[in-house]
Amino acid sequence: MSDEPNQMRDAIQSAISENRVILFMKGTPEHPACGFSARTAGILQSVGQPFAAVDVLPDPRIRQELSALSNWPTIPQLFVDGELVGGCDIITEMHQTGELHEVLGLEPDPARQPVPEPPAVEPPPLSIETRQ
Amino acid sequence: MPVSPDELKARIEAQIPGATAEVTGDGHHFNAVVAAPAFRDLPRIAQHRLVYDVFGSELGDRIHALSLQTRASETESKL
Repeated sequence: MSDEPNQMRDAIQSAISENRVILFMKGTPEHPACGFSARTAGILQSVGQPFAAVDVLPDPRIRQELSALSNWPTIPQLFVDGELVGGCDIITEMHQTGELHEVLGLEPDPARQPVPEPPAVEPPPLSIETRQ
Repeated sequence: MPVSPDELKARIEAQIPGATAEVTGDGHHFNAVVAAPAFRDLPRIAQHRLVYDVFGSELGDRIHALSLQTRASETESKL
């Protein structure tokens, strides 16, 4: 019995190392069971990032062992390259600032690119009007 | 026992040196904006951890959900 939590923790640890981008959430991306999980999964989908998703609800030990492992109390939790990036608040903020694209290694969001300055039109030295 | 936004604010400000917190909430779901000099040069995840550490296992339990924004404040004190 006593090694069961470790089995669960090992399984979580393997899932994190084997999936570059993995989201632990309540419910599934298609049927999220919590608004924070829904928003986080929605952001990943909106930036076109493929990700693995684990529903923590079927077994309370998943959440317990995950939080013990990550030292993070809440769900959802997004891991990239084996590192905890954050929960819903952090992912939302990083999405807004463009940092999320950086962490995921995505091309910068074209909507966030600085608008190129229109070429400066120098006023001509003379203003000539042709009159008939 | 219900939790009040004022309680969360007071505990955050007591535990994180120089912190100012604005907390709103309905007794279960809370939103907190916390500014503290201690956040400077810390990644967001570490800033949030400092606030989560104030409440420990109460998060997800007595405090059902805490939505958090953190900012590094410029100065130690505005006295």
